[in-house]
Amino acid sequence: MQSNIEENKSDYEHPLRDFWVGFSANKGALIGLAFILFFVFLAVFAPLLSPHSPSELQENALRLPPSFYEGGNASFFFGTDDVGRDLLSRLIYGARISMGVGFLVVFLSASVGTLLGLMAGYFGGKVDWLIMRFVDILMAFPSILLAIVVVSVMGPGLFNAIVAVAIVACPSFIRIVRASAMEERKKQYVMASKTFGASSFRIMFSEILPNCMAPLIVQISLGFSDGILNVAALGFLGLGAQAPTPEWGIMLADARAFISSDPWLVTLPGLCILFVVLGFNLLGDGLRDTLDPRLKK
Amino acid sequence: MLNFLLKRLIDLVPTLLGVSLLAFFVIRLVPGDPVMLMLGERGADPKVYQEMKRELGLDKPILSQYQSFLINSFRGDLGRSLVSKRKVTEEFFGRFPATLELGLCALFFAALIGIPLGILAALKRNSFFDYFLMGGSLVGYSMPIFWWGLILIIIFSVGLGLTPVSGRIDVLYDVPTITGFYLVDTLSPEVLAEEGLAPFISAISHLILPSIAMGTIPLAVLARMTRSSMLEVMGEDYIRTAKAKGLPYKKIVLIHGLRNALIPIITVLGLMFGSIITGAILTETIFSWPGIGKWLVASINARDYPVIQGGVLFIATMVVLINLAVDFVYAVINPKMR
Amino acid sequence: MRHTPRSRSTVLVGILLLSSLISGCLGKKSDSKNFVYCSEGSPTAFNPQITTDGTSNNAAAHTIYEKLVDFKYGTTEVVPALAQSFSVSDDRLTYTFILRKNVSFHSFGDFKPSRPFNADDVLFSINRMRQKDHPYHKVGGGSYEYFNGMEMGSIIKNVVKDNNYQVSIILNRPEAPFLANLAMSFMSILSKEYADFLAAKGEKEKIDHYPVGTGPFMFKKYVKDSLIRYKRNKKYWGEAPKVDNLIFAITPDPSVRFQKLKAGECHLIIEPSPADIAAIEKEDNLKLLSGSGLNVGYLAMNTQRKPFDDVRVRKAINLALNRDSYIEAIYLGQAIKAKNPLPPTIWSYNDKVSDYEHNLEKAKALLKEAGLSQGFETEIWTLPVTRPYNPNGKKMGEMMQADLAKVGIKAKLISYDWPTYLKKARQGEHQLIQLGWTGDNGDPDNFLNVLLGCGGVEAGSNVARWCHDEFEKLISKAKLVTDKEKRAPLYRRAQEIFKEQAPWVTLAHSKVFRAMSKNVKGYIIDPLGGDIFKRIELK
Repeated sequence: MQSNIEENKSDYEHPLRDFWVGFSANKGALIGLAFILFFVFLAVFAPLLSPHSPSELQENALRLPPSFYEGGNASFFFGTDDVGRDLLSRLIYGARISMGVGFLVVFLSASVGTLLGLMAGYFGGKVDWLIMRFVDILMAFPSILLAIVVVSVMGPGLFNAIVAVAIVACPSFIRIVRASAMEERKKQYVMASKTFGASSFRIMFSEILPNCMAPLIVQISLGFSDGILNVAALGFLGLGAQAPTPEWGIMLADARAFISSDPWLVTLPGLCILFVVLGFNLLGDGLRDTLDPRLKK
Repeated sequence: MLNFLLKRLIDLVPTLLGVSLLAFFVIRLVPGDPVMLMLGERGADPKVYQEMKRELGLDKPILSQYQSFLINSFRGDLGRSLVSKRKVTEEFFGRFPATLELGLCALFFAALIGIPLGILAALKRNSFFDYFLMGGSLVGYSMPIFWWGLILIIIFSVGLGLTPVSGRIDVLYDVPTITGFYLVDTLSPEVLAEEGLAPFISAISHLILPSIAMGTIPLAVLARMTRSSMLEVMGEDYIRTAKAKGLPYKKIVLIHGLRNALIPIITVLGLMFGSIITGAILTETIFSWPGIGKWLVASINARDYPVIQGGVLFIATMVVLINLAVDFVYAVINPKMR
Repeated sequence: MRHTPRSRSTVLVGILLLSSLISGCLGKKSDSKNFVYCSEGSPTAFNPQITTDGTSNNAAAHTIYEKLVDFKYGTTEVVPALAQSFSVSDDRLTYTFILRKNVSFHSFGDFKPSRPFNADDVLFSINRMRQKDHPYHKVGGGSYEYFNGMEMGSIIKNVVKDNNYQVSIILNRPEAPFLANLAMSFMSILSKEYADFLAAKGEKEKIDHYPVGTGPFMFKKYVKDSLIRYKRNKKYWGEAPKVDNLIFAITPDPSVRFQKLKAGECHLIIEPSPADIAAIEKEDNLKLLSGSGLNVGYLAMNTQRKPFDDVRVRKAINLALNRDSYIEAIYLGQAIKAKNPLPPTIWSYNDKVSDYEHNLEKAKALLKEAGLSQGFETEIWTLPVTRPYNPNGKKMGEMMQADLAKVGIKAKLISYDWPTYLKKARQGEHQLIQLGWTGDNGDPDNFLNVLLGCGGVEAGSNVARWCHDEFEKLISKAKLVTDKEKRAPLYRRAQEIFKEQAPWVTLAHSKVFRAMSKNVKGYIIDPLGGDIFKRIELK
């Protein structure tokens, strides 16, 4: 046992370097990472980067077109929205919300999902049956409908939308962790730990979990994209963030009335959502290719 | 085989029971009393209020309400909508064909374009085309469809004036409801005799944009699935054998490769079918499509309990059964699954 | 690689070609015989007896059905309709109606009427709502909200068939607004013959969904969430409708309605979005009609709670709020500032009442007089839903908050979901509350008594919980007199007292808008809020 751990430690540098070599060879993943870093950058430095306050109403500047169009104003690069707020600033602040949303959704769904998945996979039997029925029930609901119902129960709002989307996202984490945990459980080292009298809790978290990490990391990246997309969709339906929060989904919904007169109000927030989501999907795809040996060919 | 099916069927019972329980109670947790909501500013009088509550059967203890919901839904009676007072089943089947027609068209669009692109990408593996396509499919997969639908409207309806703004058909055509699918009903002899092909074309033109919006994500998934499935099959021994035998490459791919690669693809298509409703909620909202998705969202807002619990139970049952059927077919084809 | 540009552009060109082909073939079927109205939602049923929303009302009450008496098109004046004439007894307890002869009901499906409209139909229609043991009472849920809400059950003592073409309605007590109530949609006349026909087939519930009436248009078809189709009633007794087909295209999104109007997919749209009003006015082929809505938005003060039991405080609040700014920002200028609790389109509206000005100094002085020179803390409940009489309660609340702060009143904004809001308001848990009302029958009683009468305090519709002896005497008296000339002065005096006592801050009467293509003729905005198409024409 003792020597086993020593060995692992000495090997530690190796897989990570191995991973980076594989990962950096994947152009898509690098592009994805670049997108994400760009939006993280916007999110972190939003107050420094945005030329105006995202909620300040500009006098006599209703629905100005972007500055590079005719009639635009140089101080509002992407123009202004229907009540005269600077669109660029709102988009930059929107990155903050989107990143926060993604993180919270993943944090909530991954922690609950991992715990339930580990329990189902490790204990099997009745526990597994019960958890899987729970998963079945959640998956039988159309996901956005379930999220809508949950948000309606808790009342519309950004945080409630996040919780609702996290609930909807749980089953995929549960299933992924359960599948790897079931495989790991049968392996020698787990059997060994058991005979040494390690507690179930310890085995689950310090033996099995680290070995489920590869698919979990991939799912986390994809969880970000799903989470951001679903919360934006709820915002669009009026159930997520509430005005005047500069959230991209609600910005889109607000702009719907001006779809023919001022199409950029609809175009830009949507492009932001698309790029963030694309970034996480590219990253997740790249991670899967490098981390999941079964798909390596 | 029979055991496997039986076990899965037995597992369905608690799942559906759980769904009904969730649908019934969760919607009742939504704050806001449906009676007050219906009466609005006029709900002030407690007498009127109590009377209404009693008439809707909402004054009974909640457990007995659940019990009668369960028993009645077994008999195929999902109750009546609080708002319209019509039977939930009747309302459901009045709208379901619209959603189904749109969903099928979207999947058709996805398969029609996605599968050939996937095959091409597999054949030209690691070419620029392959990268471009896989990149493009990820963009499609990342698409916020509520935005994509709006962009399509901006370009094709508002900008170019090519497609109608919303709805299922030009309202001036009076199409009899036979199947509820406009693409079928507009081809009925009486419509053809009276109006010719114009109603059919009108129905298609109304379907184009919503189908593209709803079909984009399935298209991306299908293209990727097809590609990887083709690559896997092309690596198999029998393909190599066929190749060694000197059969023409195209023939090998299309006859042997595709046939085997299609199995997982069809599975995915089947599973996608279950997620139609999710796509429908957003697409129908954007295109004013008179289907299930919009109706359910409106019913949540109106706290129309019988519609939510009945509609959700119905959809969940359908999803669960489709998944089971897909699993079953898969198990027949691939015995390792058991 | 060579394939890339080609296959991509091929697909694109293909799509473009296909769609242009399709739109080319479409050849829009527009002629002057089909009229398309873009409505805002699906009707809940096709029977005004059981529906309460304006959408259902438009779909059935003004097209398919008629009543004994009706409001004259474009006014709130009551005129004969299915009744050729009517008379009221001296004790004002018996209303006698002589029915119009040779009025035929529509046919629908297998149903062909064998006899013209007569007294049996009137009895059937009223008794279905009135008598709990009526064979049709329970059909469709058995709730007749309007009938109960207007207290018709306790007003009507009996309905008597004098002969085939004469009906008398006997009341329990004199009730001045009764005739106006009869002109409301819920008093529509259904066919007894059709009801019997359905009962024989065991399909009673169809009566509310497959309507048969006597109106200018016949129901043909309803496709859920999509459209309603009507055909001209060729046997209509009155002036024949000028279009053959009337179609309601159900389009919930206001900006989509505007798109469809521009594209010629509909001829007239209900309530365009305020954002599109300017664009509509610019379009050469479109015209915009506006009228005043039969509504009032107000901020009520709970007069049973301190400090609002003091009339000086109530006046101070009236003086402190800058209502003009709300009209500009919240209603986008599309409303009239209200000074009376009822809109100016209703008879007996007292234009001589002088309104409170916006005057912070006077407000502060009054507060000082009331011993509140330091101001006080209170709550404003903001309307959680969009209503014509108040499109954005929250935003208005924020503006009110800022206005009140200027005179030292610290107001906290509170809101609940709509049903909870109404329930709590009914129980009087509020201090300041935004609410409003949309009138039903154009009678002053429908505003003054319901919203400000002492009975409303108990029932909950009087959210100011204001019960004033003299006011109450005036409106109770006006309810008993049938003669409009005698009632009007009583209501005018009541409005003066209301203004003096200031239980509300009257905010606004919103305007209603309808946009239509230039060639639409014969449409008038109905002061009661309906869309009426019997005179409509395309030229």
